Amino acid sequence: MTTATVWVVVLAASAVCFALKLAGHLVPEHWLADERVARTAALVTAALLAALVTVQTVGDGQALVVDARLPAVGVAAVALALRAPFILVVVLAAVTAAGLRALGWG
Amino acid sequence: MTRPDDVPHPGADAAPGHDRALDAEVDDVVETAVEDEVRAAVRQAVSVSVATGLYGISFGALSVVAGLDVAQTMALSLLMFSGGSQFALIGVVGAGGAAGAAVATAGFLGVRNALYGAQLGPLLALRSWHKVLAAQFTIDESTAVATAQRSRRAVRAGFWWTGAGIFVLWNAMTLVGALAGDALGDPRAWGLDAAAAAAFLGLLWPRLAARAMQLTAAAAVVVAAVLVPLAPGGVPVLAAAGVAIVVGQVDARRRPAPGPRPGADPGEERS
Repeated sequence: MTTATVWVVVLAASAVCFALKLAGHLVPEHWLADERVARTAALVTAALLAALVTVQTVGDGQALVVDARLPAVGVAAVALALRAPFILVVVLAAVTAAGLRALGWG
Repeated sequence: MTRPDDVPHPGADAAPGHDRALDAEVDDVVETAVEDEVRAAVRQAVSVSVATGLYGISFGALSVVAGLDVAQTMALSLLMFSGGSQFALIGVVGAGGAAGAAVATAGFLGVRNALYGAQLGPLLALRSWHKVLAAQFTIDESTAVATAQRSRRAVRAGFWWTGAGIFVLWNAMTLVGALAGDALGDPRAWGLDAAAAAAFLGLLWPRLAARAMQLTAAAAVVVAAVLVPLAPGGVPVLAAAGVAIVVGQVDARRRPAPGPRPGADPGEERS
């Protein structure tokens, strides 16, 4: 993507996100009170995040690759299960991947 | 949803000739209780703001690593101001995805903020132009702190302090991270690509309490992994959202009446 394209993406996506936030405050409450809408929105959020974890962990362009990222995400999962704070989880993953690469793997 | 405007004043409907001194005393006690609740809400808001603001550093660093410049990174934190959508956008851009896929992924992740706004609207009861500012502050954390309060004053205090606190710290820390990321050199040597994956996992983790969420997330992982070699960048993630929409409809049809079914997993209702 060129710098100009990235700017268009940044501004367009920001406008969409703000419009969604504002719409929530302006529409009559009952429009969004339907349980199915709330449920589906929660499921979509989880699905998007799970897919992003996957692509970011084993994706490399159009290829699937197992490298230092996979054990790093495993360490992050253990840290999350132990209720570590977000910033620590992110740092532990980075340290794990950086350490493995310094040792010459992944 | 109706909600009392602060704690109702006992004695307001009392018969003529009631004890005014006692009334004043009760008013004082109620007033003190509300003040305490507001202070507790502000304390909660500050601790949530600091914790959330800190990981703005990781966003800033990962954004410049993904190929955005410092100004574009700051524009996202100032204008988009929604962690999930911001991380998603830089993820798709960094993976070489199409512009449309980047906007769509960030937008889909922002849909939940519309539901938060609908929930907050009646609780905050704001005038029209205040709603515009409140809309920008409507994110996971401000909604969580605001809706945890009981009186309207505490709801408002929790919402504004959390929203404004995170906005200021998130943007300041994004700048720190973006400048640091610029100076780092090869992001892989620092494990920053793995840090981005861990960031998404950290955003996902608290949402996995219910069984339906776990199954949807598992299906999304499979769909995304299968599509990475087959589809252009950004499509695997959007396809996973499609899976969730289908699951949501099927799941709703399976149980027409609200409320737990006999023998249902109790965790399933907590989404």
